[in-house]
Amino acid sequence: MDIPYTVEARPDTGLYNAKVGIWLFLASEVMLFGALFSAYILLRVGATGDLWPHGWLNIPIGTFNTLVLITSSITTVMAWASLKMNQFGRFKFFHACTILLSLAFVCVKSYEYHDKFTHYEIHLTDGRIADGHLVKSTPEQVIIHGRFVEDRKELFDLRAQGASHTHEEITLPRAQIKTMENYGPWHHTYLAVYFTLTGLHALHVIGGALVIGFLWGPGSKLWRQDPDRFTNRVEISGLFWHFVDLVWIFLFPVLYLL
Amino acid sequence: MQTATQPTAHHPESSHHPAHHTEEDAGGFWSRYFFSTDHKIIGMQYGLTALTFLLFGFFLMVIMRWQIAHPNEPVPVIGPLLASLLGSGAAHGSISADLYNSFGAMHGTIMVFLAIVPLAFGAFGNYLVPLQIGAPDMAFPRINMASYQVYLLGGVIMFVSFFIPGGAAQAGWTSYPPLSLTIPTDGQTFWLIAMVFLITSSLLGAVNFIATVIQLRAPGMTWGRLPFFVWAQFVTGFLLLLAFPPLEAAGVMQLMDKVAHTSFFLPTGLAVEGRLAQVSGGGSPLLWQHLFWFLAHPEVYVLILPAMGIVAEIIANNTRKPLWGYRSLVGATLSIGFLSFIVWAHHMYMTGMGTKISSFFQITTMIISIPSVIILTCLLVSLWGGSIRFNTPMLFAMAFLPMFGIGGLTGLPLGLSYADLHLHDTYYVIAHFHYVVAPGTIFALFAGLYYWYPKYTGRIMNEFWGKIHFWGSLIFMNLIFQPMFAQGMAGMLRRMADGGANYSQARVPEAIGGLSHSMMGLHTYILWAAFSLGLVQIPFIINFFWSICHGRPAGSDNPWAATTLEWQTPTPPPHGNFTSAPRVFRGPYEYSVPGHAADFTPQNQPD
Repeated sequence: MDIPYTVEARPDTGLYNAKVGIWLFLASEVMLFGALFSAYILLRVGATGDLWPHGWLNIPIGTFNTLVLITSSITTVMAWASLKMNQFGRFKFFHACTILLSLAFVCVKSYEYHDKFTHYEIHLTDGRIADGHLVKSTPEQVIIHGRFVEDRKELFDLRAQGASHTHEEITLPRAQIKTMENYGPWHHTYLAVYFTLTGLHALHVIGGALVIGFLWGPGSKLWRQDPDRFTNRVEISGLFWHFVDLVWIFLFPVLYLL
Repeated sequence: MQTATQPTAHHPESSHHPAHHTEEDAGGFWSRYFFSTDHKIIGMQYGLTALTFLLFGFFLMVIMRWQIAHPNEPVPVIGPLLASLLGSGAAHGSISADLYNSFGAMHGTIMVFLAIVPLAFGAFGNYLVPLQIGAPDMAFPRINMASYQVYLLGGVIMFVSFFIPGGAAQAGWTSYPPLSLTIPTDGQTFWLIAMVFLITSSLLGAVNFIATVIQLRAPGMTWGRLPFFVWAQFVTGFLLLLAFPPLEAAGVMQLMDKVAHTSFFLPTGLAVEGRLAQVSGGGSPLLWQHLFWFLAHPEVYVLILPAMGIVAEIIANNTRKPLWGYRSLVGATLSIGFLSFIVWAHHMYMTGMGTKISSFFQITTMIISIPSVIILTCLLVSLWGGSIRFNTPMLFAMAFLPMFGIGGLTGLPLGLSYADLHLHDTYYVIAHFHYVVAPGTIFALFAGLYYWYPKYTGRIMNEFWGKIHFWGSLIFMNLIFQPMFAQGMAGMLRRMADGGANYSQARVPEAIGGLSHSMMGLHTYILWAAFSLGLVQIPFIINFFWSICHGRPAGSDNPWAATTLEWQTPTPPPHGNFTSAPRVFRGPYEYSVPGHAADFTPQNQPD
C-alpha cells in the first residue's frame, strides 16, 4: 500500500499531506517566535526607562531589507504561479530572483552585524566614555571614529541627535582604558534580543534559501517526472518563505522603530 | 490480509509474506533497522532506546536514594565504578553534593524527555496510530526517521555530559536561572543543546502524528470512530507542537546567556559568590520560569494522555464491553488539551505573583481537574458489569486507575496557593507527581507492552512472571511514594543532598519543627523499597527478551479478540501494514453487541 494523498488532495480536508504538515509546522513556528517576542515585551517593560536604547539601528538599511524580503515573497508567488501556468522558464527566472534577493538580505544583515561588532564603548580612567567604531587597535593604543560622552545615558537615545553630534577620530592610549566592550549581544539586553531574534530569523532565511535553491537547481528535475508533485513542493517552500517574511515584518518595527 | 469475518486464521510463522519485502527490507541491517522509514521499526527504535533510558534513570534514582538514606557513605558494590567513571565527584565511591545535584537534574530530565515521552508518544504512538487508523505508514516517513535520529542524538549528548569536567547539569530538570547559569560546569551547555535536539525531535514527531491522523484515516474511519488511544495521541501531538517551541525559545536564550554572555535571565546587580557578576543585566529570571512552565505543564498531559489512551484500549478489550462514555472521554481530552495551556503559573505561586494572578491560575487549575476526573470516572465505570479478564495487561491497566487517582487528588492542595506555600518544594510534591507518572503512566506503559507484545512478536509474554512483575511493582511503588507524603507534610525539602539531616532534630534537638527521627528513618524503608522495585523488574526484562523466541505463540493475529484495526493485520504487520486497503464500518468498541455471533465485531467487518 502506498501512502495516499501525497500529491492529490484528500476530499474531506481539501489538502494534500505536506500542506497539512507545513501549516502545523508554521503553527509551532508561531509559538517559537511568539515566545521570543513575549520575552522581548517582558524584558522591555521591566527595563529602566532611560536605559533602553533608541535609534541604535539604521532605519534606511532596515527599510531596504524589508523591501528586499517583500519583493522575494512576490517572486516566490510568481514562481509558483508560473508552474501552475506550465511555464517552467518563468519559474526558473522568478526563483532565481528569490535566491538573489535572499542573498542580498543576508549580505545586508551581515553588514549590520559587522557594524555592531566593530562599535565599541570604552570607559576611560578619567570617568569619560569614548564611543565609536574601531579604526585601529595596537598594543599601545586604540583608535576609534566616534565621540566622548560624560554620562552613559547619552548613548542610549540616538534618535534626536542623529546629525547633531560630531564624530571624529580619537586616539586612546591603552593606559587610559578601563574597560572596552563592543556592541555584541553581551553588551545590552536590547542587543541580546536583537542578535537572538534576527539571528534565528537569518537562520530561517538561509534554510529557506537552501530549500528554494535545491528546488531551483537539482530538485527541478522532478518537474519532468511529476509536475504536480514538484509544484506542490514549490508551494510548500513558498509558504515557509512567506512566514519568514512575515516574521521580519514584525521584527523590523519592533527592533528598528519602537 | 485476512478478512474480518475470519478473525483468527494466521499463525505467526505463516504470516511472514516474502512478497512484502520492499527494496528497503532488502538493504541489509543498517538500512533495515537504523535508517528505516517504516513506522513500526521506528516505533521499536523509540521503544528500546526509551526503555534503556528508563532503566538508566532508575539507576540514578537508586544511587540518590542511597545517598539520602546514608549521606556521604560510599555506595556499596558500584561505588568504585562510580569513582573511576566520574572522578572527584564520586571520590572513594561516595556521592558529593554536586554529583547528587547532577543525578537529580538528570534523573528528571532523562525520565521526562528521554524515557516516558519517547515511550508513550514515540514508541506506542508510532507503532499503533497508523495501524489503528488503517494507514499504510505515517504521512511523512522520512521525517519520522529524522525525528528518531535527532532524539537519539539529543540523548547521546545528554548522556555524554556526565563525563565532561564538572559533570552534568546540576540545576534540576527545571534549570532555573540564575543558578543554572552560575554553576561552573559546561554540563548546562550540553543540557541546553541536547534539549534543543529533543524538542526538535518532538516537533517533527508531532507534525507527523497530527498530519497522519487528519489525512490518512482509512475510508469510513470518521472522527467518531477513532479509537480513544488515537484521540489521546492526537491531542498529545498538539500539546507537543504548541507547548514545546516556547521552551525551545527559552533554551536558545539560556544558551545565549551561557555561551554569548547575554543577560536574558540575569538581573541587574546579580551577585555570584559575593561579587557583582560581570553581566550587562536587565534580564528576568521569572521569564525563564514562565517559558519553562508554559511547556512543562502541558508536558504533564503529554505524559498522562497517551497512558490514558492505552488504559482505555485495554479496559475495553478485557471487560468485553464498550467504553462507557466515549464522547465524554474525547471531549474531556480535548478540554484538557486546551486548559493545559492556561494553568502553568500554578508552579510559580512562590514567586510572589500577587493575589489576582494567582486567583486566575487557581481557578483554571481547579477547572482542569474536572476533565481529568471525567476520564478517570469513565474508565472506572467501564469496569462495571464487565466479565473482566484479569491478565497481566489488565492488572496494570486497572492499577493505573487508583494510582493516577492518588496522584491527581494529592495535586489539588498544590493547586491552591495557600496550601502550596507550605507544600511547595517538599517531598509531598515529589510523591504527588511520581504517583501520576511512575505507578500511573509507567504502569500504563507496562500494560501496553504486555498487551501489544503479540502484535510485534507473534508471542505472548509469560503470565506468571508478568503477575510477579505487577504485584511486586504495585507494592514497592507504594512503599516508595506513600512515606514521601508524610515527609513532605512534615516539612522535608526536596533536592537536599543529605536527605534533610541538616534540619533534623538529631542535629539540632532544640529547633522547633526539626525533622523527627521517624521522618528521617523513613529514608531507609524507601531505599529498600526502591531496591526491591529494581529486583522485581528483572523478571520483566528477562520475560521481555526471552518471550521473543520462547514465549507462548499467540496462535492468531488477534489473540485478545480485539476490535481495533491493528489486530486485523498479519503478525507482525508487513511494510505497508495492510495487505489490502481497509475500510471501516463501525465504531471502535463493539464488544458483546446483542445479536452478534462473536462477542466482538472488528471495525472493518461489514454489516
